[in-house]
Amino acid sequence: MNKKELVAVIIIVALSLIFYFGIKQPIVFSSTVSYIITALIGLVLLYIFIRTVGGKIFGRRTVFLFVGIAVVLPFFMTIKQPIKSSPEVKSLYDAVLALKPDSKVLVSFDYDPPSAPELQPMAESFFMLCFERDLKLIIMGLWPQGPQQAEMALQRAFLEPDIAAKNLKYGVDYVNLGFQTGNEFVIQRMGSSFKSMFQTDYYGTPYDDIPLIRNVTNFSNIDFVFNLSAGYPGTVEWVQVAVDRYGVKLGAGNTAVQAPQMYPYLRAGQLVGLLGGLNGAAEFEKATNIIGKGTKFMVSQSFAHVIVIAFIIIGNAAYFLGEKRREENKPNQTGMNNQPGAN
Amino acid sequence: MEVFGLWLAAFFTLGIISFLYKDNPWYKFSEAVFIGISAGYWFVVSFWDNLYAKFYLGVTANDDYMLFVGAVLGAMMILRLAPNIGWISRWPLAFVVGAISGFYLMNYFSSNVMKQVQNSVIPLFSADYGQSMFTESFGTIAGKIVIAAGTFTGLIYFFFSKEHKGAFGGAAKVGIWVIMITFGASFGYTVMSRMSLLIGRMDFLFGQWLGMIK
Repeated sequence: MNKKELVAVIIIVALSLIFYFGIKQPIVFSSTVSYIITALIGLVLLYIFIRTVGGKIFGRRTVFLFVGIAVVLPFFMTIKQPIKSSPEVKSLYDAVLALKPDSKVLVSFDYDPPSAPELQPMAESFFMLCFERDLKLIIMGLWPQGPQQAEMALQRAFLEPDIAAKNLKYGVDYVNLGFQTGNEFVIQRMGSSFKSMFQTDYYGTPYDDIPLIRNVTNFSNIDFVFNLSAGYPGTVEWVQVAVDRYGVKLGAGNTAVQAPQMYPYLRAGQLVGLLGGLNGAAEFEKATNIIGKGTKFMVSQSFAHVIVIAFIIIGNAAYFLGEKRREENKPNQTGMNNQPGAN
Repeated sequence: MEVFGLWLAAFFTLGIISFLYKDNPWYKFSEAVFIGISAGYWFVVSFWDNLYAKFYLGVTANDDYMLFVGAVLGAMMILRLAPNIGWISRWPLAFVVGAISGFYLMNYFSSNVMKQVQNSVIPLFSADYGQSMFTESFGTIAGKIVIAAGTFTGLIYFFFSKEHKGAFGGAAKVGIWVIMITFGASFGYTVMSRMSLLIGRMDFLFGQWLGMIK
């Protein structure tokens, strides 16, 4: 580590300590300040564009810095982004609304903490909607950390006064069956017997001692399934096994990376509805009128996208202008032919 | 303890992010810790959820002796570590490949081929007998035409038995454009996903750790 890097580390540590101990209240920019900051970022981008056109190429760290700024600054801003629910989100919402009170909804948490920024807001708003509609939740996970994510989403849902007032009981209104290894084979076995896969719940209570699931034999006792997926095993497996073999009605929330893969299933009616990435989470929050982190994060998301688009334009400008300059500076072709073997 | 956990998480988050500047010892340390903990975590999960919960409890509590078949196959797989009898590990591997192939063949053929083909064969206009062809909205009809043309030209692009020349070549060119647009949409979604991860970490740093976000 050289002297410069050591100074950088000391500055990071000092700033961390100052922010941690010095700032006692959250920082909130007024609308005016927010718009001024946005305009300043725009001006700096314009400056970078002009300099790039002029032949001065900025390094990749400039891009990282701007993306970082674009992601962080909106946290403090009071700018609100208009969000409109797309048909696939609306159809999921309508499918949940169509369920009668006391219907049993199976929710499979097939993701882990790295995907939580996208999927956790979906889980929270879905739980809140289900509890508001007096639906019974059966939670499980095909990923080891899924049930823990479910517990966190439940805790968040219970903070809502309306839901807390319902005084929901574990084992009667909701149950967490925990994680089960076996990927899609777990779904396959659940088609004949839930109990064969989950002999106890997340806390070790025997299956038959839990009133909510005592009479649940297989998918025929489940009214709706919602899958939150970040990869394998996930929505593809639920569609292939639960939907196409057992006729389950399935809705899904996916990370943006795998969402495009799910659209064919949606069009074919194998999926009732789909929430794709953070955008899908925000749209679902809009539909349910439960504003959470999905909506809050969308401003950062949009800012970051604008920055990425701006740098794509700047990068292309640099590339094509560079190409033009290279063409201009190209030595005469006849002069290049003075090589051995050339006439 | 909670504060210590927060600082530790912040330390490693900053360590990983520091790679954006350049490769450095802080990043290397954070990466090594992450990989080590992940490996340990998966080992523990595999042990308790498979060997203990499925095999041991299955045999002792449920008298399910069929589990010994799986256990023996699993043990044979480990023999790969012994050079002299490593060839035995091919048998369980063959079993796994065969079983999984059979399972997936049916799943993919049914869900990803038949259902999708069935859904692609759609009437461009209204299919209701006796009604006007244009009862559906312009957007719906246009969407169906795009899907039909996109599927057809996309398939033509992957048809290599005939040279891509003339009208056939033109259709193949349209097909590659359709495929490129699909890749573009997919890439856009990937950018969105990666940004979401960054937003999540920044929310942790500035919100949970530093308490600067309302």
